[in-house]
Amino acid sequence: MAFAAFGQNAGPSTVAPTKSGRVAWILLLPGLMYLGLFFLTPLFSLIITSLQVPDASGEIGRYQYGFAIENYWLVIESYWPHIIRSFAYALAATVLALLISYPLAYFIGVKARRRPLLQGLMLTLVIAPFFISFLLRTIAWKQIFSNESWIVNSLQSSGLLASDQYLVGTPFMVIFGLTYAFIPFMTLPIYSTLERLDIRYLEAGADLYAGPATTFRKITLPLSMPGIISGTLLTFIPIAGDYVNASRDFLGSTETAMIGNVVETNYLQINDYPAASALSVLLMLAILLLVTFYVKRSGTDDLL
Amino acid sequence: MRKFSFGKYALAIYSLLAIIYLLIPIAYTFAFSFNDSVKSNISWRGFTLDKWTGVCNQQGVCEAFANSVLIGVISTLIATALGTMIAIALVRYRFRFRSAVSLLLFLPMATPEVVLGAGLASQFLSMGTQKGFITIIIAHVMFCLSFVVVTVKARVASLDPALEEAGRDLYGSPAQVFWKITFPLLLPGIISAALLAFALSFDDFIITNFNAGPETTFPKFVYTAAARGIPAEANVIGSAVFILAIAIVMTVQIRTSIKQKRLSK
Repeated sequence: MAFAAFGQNAGPSTVAPTKSGRVAWILLLPGLMYLGLFFLTPLFSLIITSLQVPDASGEIGRYQYGFAIENYWLVIESYWPHIIRSFAYALAATVLALLISYPLAYFIGVKARRRPLLQGLMLTLVIAPFFISFLLRTIAWKQIFSNESWIVNSLQSSGLLASDQYLVGTPFMVIFGLTYAFIPFMTLPIYSTLERLDIRYLEAGADLYAGPATTFRKITLPLSMPGIISGTLLTFIPIAGDYVNASRDFLGSTETAMIGNVVETNYLQINDYPAASALSVLLMLAILLLVTFYVKRSGTDDLL
Repeated sequence: MRKFSFGKYALAIYSLLAIIYLLIPIAYTFAFSFNDSVKSNISWRGFTLDKWTGVCNQQGVCEAFANSVLIGVISTLIATALGTMIAIALVRYRFRFRSAVSLLLFLPMATPEVVLGAGLASQFLSMGTQKGFITIIIAHVMFCLSFVVVTVKARVASLDPALEEAGRDLYGSPAQVFWKITFPLLLPGIISAALLAFALSFDDFIITNFNAGPETTFPKFVYTAAARGIPAEANVIGSAVFILAIAIVMTVQIRTSIKQKRLSK
């Protein structure tokens, strides 16, 4: 949704040619300076911190400027399982969220089009999770699937889980939680493209003897591609950096720790700022590369 | 003749199940706000209204909540003002480096929160800034700004420039044209942007955790409490905010549908 909105550059027709650039910069500068100071500069701070070396005093949590590129090799060496795990979980959760969201978005955007009341109600219910704390929702899942819950008990008595096996703390649970948390981010952009889909295209497909499957594959799916792209990006990026679901106080355990958990522990608990910063820079680079590649492949160059 | 299509119902049932899935944790949180729990709120021990009537008896919950509201309001005001100005400039004015500006606005939304949080924390660390209330607000304005721009921009783009031209033709000064024509027409977009910014700020945990220092917010309270069990009072606050937000959204929806009906008459 957000990504698509930036893609639509305001057409020249809405730009009054008489308006001078000076006024534009008066309007732009405060906000852009803010982003320069508190978004761009921090990214540079992050790179500088990632290259720091321990302070000569040897005190814990004290670092001095340096050019320790080896910090990067060290974090890759220590944390490559977390890096791979983050992207694997993010991929799995994004695919699951797409499978759940697409039919839902199709129903709201196309089937419920003639009933504005139903459409409005369903949209409200899709965004309803946003109105209650993300952490409370995650804790709710933890308790629903807790070791003493009837779900786990019945899975154990039916033999699907061994008597010493539980759900909380497993990769399954973390992916489940991540999928759940980001479904609205997937559903909304897909809904907004499907909502504009002209039904007559589908009728034309049927008139030309295409079955429902062919019509879907040749017409609906390509036309909803911009929504799928924004949705998958809006889901994948935050999931890759999430550390709440995988935290051992929530749905995960030490075996499910993701990059975000390592950054949090290193930054806020061990105060190993260079390692945490190097990992953050790597995560940012990986995501920028993936996004650029993905956007190029999907052929929507006008995204930016 | 129409033949009975199973597909139609399958899709409806699938959508219904998906919605139920989305609502389960909300219902759970709400139900457990009535639990007569002692310390941790895990197993059901009977119905009580005590947690609702005495929500502030639990240490720290109300303070954290009030702090979150205050941070949300201040961040929203700043982000909405800055973002609205940018949105107007993007749609209505010609300027150089447009694509660089778009990229700068897009990037914060494409950056994982943990990177935004750690980056800002690194900057505060290198500047020797004490983390607290102010640094949380700085962080929140930063990540809300782009979302405000996107939301308001859509509204500016749908605005007919002829309306403002008419105002100028009638010798309205630029300030008059802006405050009497442009601003009232943009207001719905600005309000939805502000609501979005407030919701983002109020619920943010990841970035806040890196930049809060000793300061508490409601999500931070919940996160810290998670290790030893979240008190039912946190469920009360979560549920109350949820009911209020749903009421606002429903009112807005009903009002717009009434307006549309009137227009179509």
